[in-house]
Amino acid sequence: MLFEAKVGLARVTAVTSRTTGRGGGTTLPGRLLLRLQADALQRLGERLPKGAAVVSATNGKTTTAKMAASILSPPLRLCRNAAGANLASGVASAMLRGEDADLGLFEVDEAALPAVAEALAPRALVLGNLFRDQLDRYGELELIAAGWRGLAAALGPATTLVSNADDPLVASIGRDRERHTWFGLDDPAAALPEMQHASDSKWCVRCGARYAYTAVYLGHLGDWRCPSCGDGRPRPSVTAREIQIDGLDAVGFRLCTPAGDVAVRLPLPGVYNVYNALAAAALALELGAGLEQVRAGLERFSAAFGRFERIDLGSGEAVLLLVKNPAGGNEVIRTLAVDEAPKRMLIALNDRIADGRDVSWIWDVDFERLAPQIGSVICCGTRAAEMAMRLKYAGVALDRIEVRTDMDEALDRLAAAAGSSYLLATYTAMLDLRGRLEQRGLVLPFWQEAA
Amino acid sequence: MTRITIGHLYPEHLNIYADRGNIAALERRCAWRGIGFEAIAIGPGDVLPDADLYYLGGGQDRDQLLIADDIARHAEPLRAAVDDGAGVLAVCGGYQLLGHYYRGHQGDEMRGIGLVDLVTEAGSRRMIGNIMLDCRLDGAAPQRLVGFENHAGRTFLGEGVQPLGQVVHGHGNNGEDGAEGVQQGSVIGTYVHGPLLPKNPWLSDWLIGRALERQGQDQQLTPLDDGLELEAQRVAAAIAAR
Repeated sequence: MLFEAKVGLARVTAVTSRTTGRGGGTTLPGRLLLRLQADALQRLGERLPKGAAVVSATNGKTTTAKMAASILSPPLRLCRNAAGANLASGVASAMLRGEDADLGLFEVDEAALPAVAEALAPRALVLGNLFRDQLDRYGELELIAAGWRGLAAALGPATTLVSNADDPLVASIGRDRERHTWFGLDDPAAALPEMQHASDSKWCVRCGARYAYTAVYLGHLGDWRCPSCGDGRPRPSVTAREIQIDGLDAVGFRLCTPAGDVAVRLPLPGVYNVYNALAAAALALELGAGLEQVRAGLERFSAAFGRFERIDLGSGEAVLLLVKNPAGGNEVIRTLAVDEAPKRMLIALNDRIADGRDVSWIWDVDFERLAPQIGSVICCGTRAAEMAMRLKYAGVALDRIEVRTDMDEALDRLAAAAGSSYLLATYTAMLDLRGRLEQRGLVLPFWQEAA
Repeated sequence: MTRITIGHLYPEHLNIYADRGNIAALERRCAWRGIGFEAIAIGPGDVLPDADLYYLGGGQDRDQLLIADDIARHAEPLRAAVDDGAGVLAVCGGYQLLGHYYRGHQGDEMRGIGLVDLVTEAGSRRMIGNIMLDCRLDGAAPQRLVGFENHAGRTFLGEGVQPLGQVVHGHGNNGEDGAEGVQQGSVIGTYVHGPLLPKNPWLSDWLIGRALERQGQDQQLTPLDDGLELEAQRVAAAIAAR
């Protein structure tokens, strides 16, 4: 069969998947095509007139890619895997849909990155951060880093790496590559008083000594150096200064780039989103965007599904927050702490494959910091009782904790009382919750929301 | 006030599977009963302090290598402490370090402290998944123990050495002989994390009881409301059975 015929066949399955209403055809068409044609990614990638850009990281892939899209489109027409299907099959499906696109902009799973990026040979590749995540699925952090190092060595000189200088493990990857843009924070006033418990990569990649930080911004991200072997943070050319937290609505900062400086008001809270914005800005500049275009794109950004997504429940506004690993959880908690008032919360913990079957990571999230802010909490999901127990040991009084394994019941209980609320959920739990909210007519399906 | 002391070995290196949840379980369950609790962090180069229980968690391979030489210093002091009635709880990588060695695929050996007669060899496939054991510890009623295992090492116990429990669901020490972990007096080693103690409150209390005994306090522990703990355990057991 000719490649064209295989592409046509795969597209038919996309239509079928959408009409049957499950998944929106974000995975199946690509999976089918890859089975028929192993080098389909490369072939489809070659058809993109302006090539491809790829974003990978443990945390922030979806948000960073959406921010970059907000900057680049318009004027560019993009093809994206915006619904989070970020394995080879999801990227192929996106290219099958985006026939008339100028540029492919894809988020890619950390473990899948080496194979996908090698096939696509992107113009630019963002390496955002590496945190411990779903050890039963990804294995140890060093394993992912080794895969990325191999990729950096295999990619041709035409690919520019856009890397987080503040992450010592990321900074150890492709250090010798000529085309390498580094981004990082440059605002000691925004630093944490101390490293968080779950910090990874505390020990020098080269010599094993403990890194010294003049500023820790998030997890193990910061202005680091090794006092023993002298390795240190690459000097970032795209930085954020004068960070101003504006409650839970926004964060302002001065974006400093080789193209000049500009004040940005990002309509999304959290230091972690400043990192996402820096990655998106550095990527967009690399792809030819102007500074004003970057500012405007970031300022008109609206949250990706389940990433600080605001939903009207009728009884009040709910904010849906994806939490899937210790570093991400800690940042969400740190961000929520900006508003000290007692909160109504719902925490949904699933242990399906995409969440990680091993739920021990919740003990590395600093729920102790969240405990004083919890007015009431409903725990739901496949491991609801486990979550409730974690909160008990974090110091939340038992009479504030309610266990409702069933998500519909949990949502009913939440909506029964008036007022705003915060919904923290693991990946499949977030999709489950959105599915239920979709049936109630409160949100659009995630693949439409993402489009 | 009665008070127990935990010597936490290398908390900054060996903490990969939420080991602090185990410390939190001991700390909270003492606090709820009005028992004093102190955890002392023991880092590279530190002298082994006196403690009622020593805790050794698991680390990434790289981090574990960083402390492998340092821990050799503690082999003798730990043995003396155990002879003096102190307990040891070692999980995942820490469990392997209790034994004589960990032998890699190329025959390279990382020495353990040899506190217990066991050896570990690198296996060809990782043993990953929910696990449930049937445990019959000295002086305790038969108990169910649940959690999660994720290890490539296959551990074999020496002749006459008792396991912590028998595998009901999961892989255990080596995926072959149905045994999981080790128990030798107050020394316990296991691959079960999740973390281990919060969902298995009976084991937390067994360890606290042993620590109190070493303090000369032979008292019955006040029962606690373990509703959530036992519900979490029940769910974990049902998932392990799938």
